Amino acid sequence: MISHLIHKEFLQIRRNAFLPRLIVLFPIVIMCVMPWVMQMEVKNVVVEVVDIDHTVASQRLIQQIAASNYFIFGGQRASYAEALKDIEKGKADIILEIRDGRYLIAANAVNGTKGSLGSAYLSQIVASGKGSPSLLLYNKHQNYKLFMIPALFAIVMMLMTGFLPTLNIVGEKEAGTIEQINVTPVAKWAFILAKLIPYWLIALFIITVSLLLAWLVYGITPAGPVVLIYLLAMLLALFFSSLGLIISNYSDTMQQAIFVMWFFVVCLLLLSGLFTPTRSMPDWAYATTYVNPMHYFIDAIRTVFIRGGGFAAIAHQVLALAAIGLAMSGWAVASYQKNS
Amino acid sequence: MKTFLSFILKEAKHILRDKRTMLILFGMPVMLMLLFGFAITTDVKNVRTVVVTSFQSPQTQAAVERLAQSEYFTITQTVATPQEAELLIRNQKADMGLIPSPKGGGSDGLQWQIMVDGCDPNMAQQWTTYAQSILSQPIDAKHYTLPSPLEFPSPLGEGLGARSWLSVRLLYNPQMRSAYNFVPAIMGMLLMLICAMMTSISIVREKERGNMEVLLVSPVRPLMVIIAKAVPYLVLAFAILITILLMAHYVLAVPLAGSLFWILVVSTIYIILALSLGLLISNIAKTQLVALLLSAMVLLMPVVMLSGMMFPVESMPVVLQWVSAVVPPRYYIEAMRKLMIMGVGIADVAKEVITLTVMTLLLLAVALKKFNVRLE
Repeated sequence: MISHLIHKEFLQIRRNAFLPRLIVLFPIVIMCVMPWVMQMEVKNVVVEVVDIDHTVASQRLIQQIAASNYFIFGGQRASYAEALKDIEKGKADIILEIRDGRYLIAANAVNGTKGSLGSAYLSQIVASGKGSPSLLLYNKHQNYKLFMIPALFAIVMMLMTGFLPTLNIVGEKEAGTIEQINVTPVAKWAFILAKLIPYWLIALFIITVSLLLAWLVYGITPAGPVVLIYLLAMLLALFFSSLGLIISNYSDTMQQAIFVMWFFVVCLLLLSGLFTPTRSMPDWAYATTYVNPMHYFIDAIRTVFIRGGGFAAIAHQVLALAAIGLAMSGWAVASYQKNS
Repeated sequence: MKTFLSFILKEAKHILRDKRTMLILFGMPVMLMLLFGFAITTDVKNVRTVVVTSFQSPQTQAAVERLAQSEYFTITQTVATPQEAELLIRNQKADMGLIPSPKGGGSDGLQWQIMVDGCDPNMAQQWTTYAQSILSQPIDAKHYTLPSPLEFPSPLGEGLGARSWLSVRLLYNPQMRSAYNFVPAIMGMLLMLICAMMTSISIVREKERGNMEVLLVSPVRPLMVIIAKAVPYLVLAFAILITILLMAHYVLAVPLAGSLFWILVVSTIYIILALSLGLLISNIAKTQLVALLLSAMVLLMPVVMLSGMMFPVESMPVVLQWVSAVVPPRYYIEAMRKLMIMGVGIADVAKEVITLTVMTLLLLAVALKKFNVRLE
């Protein structure tokens, strides 16, 4: 019985003019373009120098700034006020004033990360050496793509296995075909399971394509076992496809379902630690990460992919993801009502 | 004029009666402001630190004590070897490891090796800088100061005992609050979304339901029908703009350093631009679904990804920088950051404002030219 239902789902997806193309092209486009865009690294910072001293040392310093990867030397200005004018115009980001052998670094900190990191790099150059040597683990070349690519897996999985099921049942409602399912002798759980299984297969396809593209295009391969990445991806797919079906069950129109899903996705994503560390959040926001499956996934996949941790390192996250996923799929079955 | 007014009234009723959409329209900005203002921060806070106790002295004790007392670091445990610390970091039980050794050239004869989880390059760099500046403060200081973000003492300056030869000043945003950066970005995103997406969907909906025929044969001129559709969204956009500005100022404590007049003028230009875009989309799209997808793909994705809202434009490859040059919100967000946060005069944002104006006129001209008086 259930194999027929799954067959029906696949036929519905395949006969749609748009969906098969979306499923194949979307992960490819995202994986090829987004890593270039999602760069929060600080580089190409324009530094202007106000050199009152005109010594050999200050000249050498200017050469060092121009040679650095992080900075672009924006030229010398006669006074601090003149350079500040350039910051206000958006032509410069940092001013370095050298007066009586003393250095003043003034950075435009509207973007806090850029301001503080830029001035930290510049103070390192000025101080020409560090107090305590630091050792960067795992991401030694400070490659931002390595940091973002596992996160992109999560985004692609979320959009594909989350939004497609959201449109599924409500689509049947709008088309009127749900009536026929309601009067066929199919158990509720069998119906929902048949809806979920195609999206898990799609998830398998997506994660395979993403892993291959990360390797082929960027030369980035997971440091830990690939099996664990698949396990995590399937658990995340279980959660998002169930969430999509739940919203679909409660909605009347596609537009409404999309807006509600959009709301949840934005919240889950922003509070997951994908862009900013969760530990920097205030306590109330940090408390929400305990029930945020996205947070467990991001944590675990970065541990496996970048840090090279094994199963022991992510056992806690796997358990949490599985528990949340199973609870949600139970809810998806319960929320489907045969009598409208 | 009276018929025109009644058209506007009709449109306003359409919007007001859709309670759920109204909820999203006003709920979304409030939620985004709260999340971006409070929850999304890159502050250095609660960094879990392990200390390797292979070498111990009163100095190391004091330095670790200092670290633990700062709000930036939490000492979670101590381990015997660097290998154990590495394992803890790998298993996500810690973010940073500190390894003291006696053979340093520092003022107290101590050398610290900082081992940090480099997964997130930016945060790793910030954690290291903070740890370095705390560790390098003189041991005998009676009352040590935490490095305020305003001036973090240079690591080397400490050793030389000349603390004042290097100072760092963070302009406009000394506490490095991320809200300063995000409020203008949220304005750029939401105004575009509301004006362009909502207008296009509402016009296309009339087409889809067949009401457009009725409207076009009414005594009001066809262009007026469309303008009457845009007016309520214009009002709505201003209401949301004011909501965001009030919230930014009173809830998030973001400064409104520039002149309010110019902020409103530039926003008006931007709103008109977004409305023309919506009109253009409604000319192309035949169904609501297509209008929705067009607005999402053509507007939302570039706005979030390429406008410099989250990811700085200057770090992108050159090709993408060219693409971002035609994304209007980029100029609006840039202008708002300067006007609101930096408080510069209108002359300093002339470039952005002129670009926006030219884009607006261009889009408006194309949209009106493509506007069909009759349905085929």
